[in-house]
Amino acid sequence: MAGRTLFDKIWDAHVVRDLGDGWALLHIDRHLLHDLSGSASLADMTERGLVVHDSDLVFATPDHAVSTRPGRDGTTYLAGSKLWSALRQGAQRFGIRLFDLGERGQGIVHVMGPEQGIVLPGLTMICGDSHTCTNGALGALALGVGSSESTHALATQTLRLQRPRHMRIRCEGALGFGVTAKDLALHIIARLGANAGVGHAVEYAGSTIESLDVEARLTLCNLTVELGARSGVIAPDDRTIDYVKGRRFAPKGADFDAAVAAWRELKTDADAVFDREEFIDAREVLPTVTWGTSPEQAIAIDARIPAPRIAAGAGADATSQALDYMGLEAGAPIAGTPIDWVFIGSCTNARLSDLRAAADVARGRRIAPHVRAWVVPGSEDVKRAAEAEGLHQVFVAAGFEWREPGCGMCVAANGEQVPPMARCVSTSNRNFVGRQGPQARTHLASPAMAVAAAVMGRLSDVRALA
Amino acid sequence: MQPFTIVSGAAIPFMRANVDTDVIVRIERLTSLPKDQLGPFAFESLRYLPDGSADPACILNAERFRNAPFLLAGDNFGCGSSREGAVWALMCLGIRAVIAPSYGDIFYANCFQNGMLPIRLPLDRIEALASRCADGSALTVDLRAQTIQCSGSDPQPFAIDATRREALLGGLDAIGLTLRDDALIRAWQDQDRVRRAWAWNSVRA
Repeated sequence: MAGRTLFDKIWDAHVVRDLGDGWALLHIDRHLLHDLSGSASLADMTERGLVVHDSDLVFATPDHAVSTRPGRDGTTYLAGSKLWSALRQGAQRFGIRLFDLGERGQGIVHVMGPEQGIVLPGLTMICGDSHTCTNGALGALALGVGSSESTHALATQTLRLQRPRHMRIRCEGALGFGVTAKDLALHIIARLGANAGVGHAVEYAGSTIESLDVEARLTLCNLTVELGARSGVIAPDDRTIDYVKGRRFAPKGADFDAAVAAWRELKTDADAVFDREEFIDAREVLPTVTWGTSPEQAIAIDARIPAPRIAAGAGADATSQALDYMGLEAGAPIAGTPIDWVFIGSCTNARLSDLRAAADVARGRRIAPHVRAWVVPGSEDVKRAAEAEGLHQVFVAAGFEWREPGCGMCVAANGEQVPPMARCVSTSNRNFVGRQGPQARTHLASPAMAVAAAVMGRLSDVRALA
Repeated sequence: MQPFTIVSGAAIPFMRANVDTDVIVRIERLTSLPKDQLGPFAFESLRYLPDGSADPACILNAERFRNAPFLLAGDNFGCGSSREGAVWALMCLGIRAVIAPSYGDIFYANCFQNGMLPIRLPLDRIEALASRCADGSALTVDLRAQTIQCSGSDPQPFAIDATRREALLGGLDAIGLTLRDDALIRAWQDQDRVRRAWAWNSVRA
């Protein structure tokens, strides 16, 4: 028998019933709910008269439609307040643990899940959110789902799933100076394309991945869905185990030892076969920004904006449409493009290490006078830890606004939008048309690159500021 | 769930690649509107000019495609966010099936939860359909026979997973189906509480 992948091992250990044709009834170990999709699923449960199968495996926190304004409460963004109260009432009705605004544990679901030890290696977990793939960085099988599948999991603690194909992305070599996991992720998507992972479960492996700390791995796995894949996983190692140890909902004592013994087995067998294998030379990766309206439209900061391909067809159209929307000229250098807004936040890049990296560049500098710049910590715990280190003072002294934890301007579901035609450098994950607001123009970049842009007032190579 | 068997009507040639769910429906429409009132806001960033009037150059506004049940699209349709509202918004427009070379995985799964059929075909076959249907000519999709037919030509086959096809033909409720196995689920959990006590004890913190 051929060897099994890490994904196979987690999958096989959770099959409640083989449904044939590659389908399985799969047990779900953890289920996270947020105010947007979670409140919808809970309302669905009530409407259909269903009961929650295992309420102690479900955790809820508001993140999407809550304001990030300093001093906010659940009603500050009025249109979102009904979602916030629906989540609270639903959680109470079904006995689901809620981490509410201002409480430790509240935050962007994919930041607070690993941070609280709710997500662990070897677990299956879902959330009604496409960036659930983030959690694969711990060696968990983490899937984004729609609200109907979320309801199914609430009612049955399982999902009916078809085993995906397997894809491994091996990254070798050290990342260069000023190059982060965000740059690596954008480089991979630009190289392979935004549809490369469709129908696949991705595993990231290789020396580059092994050398990344867990928070950087979370950033990398976060962008797996922008590659088209529903899940991205990294084998747990000593870094993972050190990260998990001592967290609030992590196993303790003898349970922890038993868990570690199980986690040590979670790696792909040497003779396992992948449907697709890709190789990335990490030494080639430079600080990277997007220029278009798909994450695959990314280039190194020292490169020129691409021209529509000579050949006709969908590719050429997509480039022209993106250039038109973004107000950019083919052939011009991307560096030097004037910007209006900077957003540091999101489930991609709002953990403590991200804020430290941003503060390192901001320290002793001022943002350009015409730029408005926000820092939105990923969770209440991140916010408190950053404040304990004085990072908020660094940002405020540099002219940034220091805000409350939530998704904020990444998805703009809480009314916090980039104005029409304004150009924003964002540490988030999507540069789609209208994502940050109608006609808003988004350039994705790392936290350090975002600060460099804020300080210079234009897209800039952070390495020149070091 | 509404079953899908045979559907006929116009097919909108919307041949873009990487159409994301943010473009299909903006998130703030989902925070403020019920799922059956998303029609006017489907593809709003493409359908309307900055002054709010319908853009006559947008194919989605063409009179011959009003209430068309089919959408022909490029690669990776429905990529991005998991919002099920993307499927609801398409349904509000009257779309019953999308035909594209590939789909975002979560969007693809969401379609089947709502009686929407996402058909996968090679791009060249979709482009051929797009030129045949550009004038508003009808297509017929027969899920039982697994065929697509342009008026006046022979039906062409398409492939679909048998399990998904059955569920869509019958309009099956997945939760009801799974709860029939609830004894099995509970037995699995009882064994797992012994096998992986750490995975169960830790949630009580």
